[in-house]
Amino acid sequence: MNTKTRFLALLLLIGGILIGYFVYVSETDSKSWAYRPFHLGLDLSGGSQLVYEADTSKIDPSQIGEAMSALREVIERRVNAFGVGEPIVQAEQVGIGANAKHRLIVELPGVTDVKKAQEMISETPSLEFKIERPDGVEKQAIVSAKKEVADYLQTISASSTSVAKLTEQLNSRFGAEKIALASEDADFVSSGFTGKYLQKSTVQFNPNSIGPSIGLSFNDEGVKLFAKITEANVNKKLAIFLDGNMISAPVIREAIRDGKAEISGQFTVTEAKTLVRNLNLGALPLPVSLASTQTIGPTLGEVAMKSGVKAGLIGLLFIALFMLFWYRLPGLVAVVSLSIYVAIVLSIFKLIPVTLTAAGIAGFILSIGIAVDANVLIFERLKEELRNGKNVQNAMTDGFARAWSSIRDSNISTILSSIILFWFGSSLIRGFGLNLAIGVIVSMFTAITVTRTLLFALGFRGESKFVRFLFSSGLTTAKNDNLK
Amino acid sequence: MFIIKHRIFFVSLSALFVLTGLVLVWMYGLNPGTDFKGGAIYEVEYVGARPNVDLVRSEVNKLNLGSVSVTPVGEKGVLIKTKPIDQSQKQAIALAITGYGSTTEATTTGSVVEKRFSSIGPAVGQELFKKGILAIALVMIVIILFIALAFSKVSYMVSSWKYGVVTIVALLHDIIIASGVAAYLGHFGTFEADALFLTALLTIMALSVNDTIVIFDRIRENLKSRSGRDFEETVGISMNQSFVRSINTSLTVILTLVALYLFGAESTKNFALIMAIGMFFGTYSSIFLASPLLVIWEKMGKRG
Repeated sequence: MNTKTRFLALLLLIGGILIGYFVYVSETDSKSWAYRPFHLGLDLSGGSQLVYEADTSKIDPSQIGEAMSALREVIERRVNAFGVGEPIVQAEQVGIGANAKHRLIVELPGVTDVKKAQEMISETPSLEFKIERPDGVEKQAIVSAKKEVADYLQTISASSTSVAKLTEQLNSRFGAEKIALASEDADFVSSGFTGKYLQKSTVQFNPNSIGPSIGLSFNDEGVKLFAKITEANVNKKLAIFLDGNMISAPVIREAIRDGKAEISGQFTVTEAKTLVRNLNLGALPLPVSLASTQTIGPTLGEVAMKSGVKAGLIGLLFIALFMLFWYRLPGLVAVVSLSIYVAIVLSIFKLIPVTLTAAGIAGFILSIGIAVDANVLIFERLKEELRNGKNVQNAMTDGFARAWSSIRDSNISTILSSIILFWFGSSLIRGFGLNLAIGVIVSMFTAITVTRTLLFALGFRGESKFVRFLFSSGLTTAKNDNLK
Repeated sequence: MFIIKHRIFFVSLSALFVLTGLVLVWMYGLNPGTDFKGGAIYEVEYVGARPNVDLVRSEVNKLNLGSVSVTPVGEKGVLIKTKPIDQSQKQAIALAITGYGSTTEATTTGSVVEKRFSSIGPAVGQELFKKGILAIALVMIVIILFIALAFSKVSYMVSSWKYGVVTIVALLHDIIIASGVAAYLGHFGTFEADALFLTALLTIMALSVNDTIVIFDRIRENLKSRSGRDFEETVGISMNQSFVRSINTSLTVILTLVALYLFGAESTKNFALIMAIGMFFGTYSSIFLASPLLVIWEKMGKRG
């Protein structure tokens, strides 16, 4: 049995060293096959986080899930086009039922120019086709309303400053209905045909015009609708609006049934290319608004990272000194197990991968302290059994066996708590809960199995004073229980 | 056992601690961080020398952003807190605080470096807060159930759910005291109750239960082997046997927290401090509150 234990102990030690080596190589050697650096959160790597809230009020609740994943895809495509290393786009639901809010979290490591990122994400080229408004009462009403408001604005333009005030003033003078009328387009009326029906756009070079033009082809539904609209409006102008600006307004000669259209404007080649790319990336299926932004400069993250590592090393040192001083030989074994613990947990962080944040590192450092808990429980029990007159071998066996129930129950309660943290928390708390659970589970392996195997492999059997000294602990070795 | 003998004294002492904690929270309130109440944090560092902070503040105030706090950070930095703002308002601030004292606009831009900026809408913050409270409540319920189950075999002297309730009382004791300290530090210092604080509370809860279970486990073992004439003596014996390990398990955690506080990242310093205080009282309550309470409850049950 002893040779078997020793063999096992050797295996554990070699395994621990290999895992430690993996953690080292995967972090430092970028050419190695094992290269797998830690996944750093934005607060450590620097970068930006944008949280968007999606407006789901206008769609059927049963379709929200689908719409959100479509939204996520579109935004992800846009973010990828931005060329950032490892962007993360996540959909998140907060609350349930009718009050549920749907968010999209966009993380851009290394990007500190949020404004640019924001424009990239939320600016959709909106494409709309409008039909010439026929002359008549309606058109005249709009034109006259426009004129009235414009005339009025001229008289007050200098005195009024804030937009809100101005709107209020206008509303009280003309009434909301007239203001709405005045803001209508007098020349064109919406046809209901938008970028929604677009299938593909391409840059085209038409021999009849100067510069590039943009070719549009529509999807099946779009083809039908476009045919219907053009059929009903032959000899009228069809205006194409991009981002609210009229690009061109050709006259419809005949019904267009092949579902193709061309925008020819004063584009440069670059402009046309950008426009085509944005049109193809698609419009957002849901309107979004920015709920929060966060930017962390790279220097701040680096400082946080360095001090986290330093604190971890020093914490480890504190514990090693305490364990050696208080528990002597078993303490030394516990420190070896703890080093294996650190190696295993760090490699799990790399393999899952767990995104490390300042809070996550704090959680990990904390878990080092918690990881030796089981050893403390076992060694105190061991000491007690020795005091009860057992020999070292028996005391070790009983110490491990009897400490088990307290280790099990206390750790189960911690794991239950961390599961709840993971389930209910926001992303920060989730990460912490995950780290806590990983830490507790791994520590049960290292503090019990590893420590036990190593300690038994050392094979102390003797009853000499020296052996008893090695296994005793604290300051109360020889004294009896005098606290009762 | 000394502590069990003077149990009324120790339980009253704990009650006093809790009362102090509650009064502190009630008087000063917790100083909510931006991630809970919503708002913007903008930290910049001047490339050259930092102008007088009062002047910086008055420049920012001219922008009419409502209540604004401007505090110096390190040698060259300033931290500006406002209501939630957007990118253009942020740039207006950057321009305002660099524009001071110079006449041409060209020299002003680019003379501060942005270190971090975050703007969080109030709705996001409130949800985070609600979620946190929900998580705390759920952890408590699950723990009561788990302990009632784990101690169901030894319920012949004290019913097992009482162990669960006492564990929760000890846990509340710990987080109320930690919150009291946070309220005090928030009022007289710069402590902010943010998401990390919530995380600290949740971890204190987990570890407080851990500590209490270590002692209860020993009571369970001694009840099974019927050492001690009555419940009171059994608890006394158990505490004698387990209080060193109880202290030592917390000590290892507190050691790492001290390292985290002294050498860790700036952003986790407050976390480490509150955690250490919580751990200390967590151990204290498992020894000086949980076990005495169990004995008191058992005696009351006998009389009634």
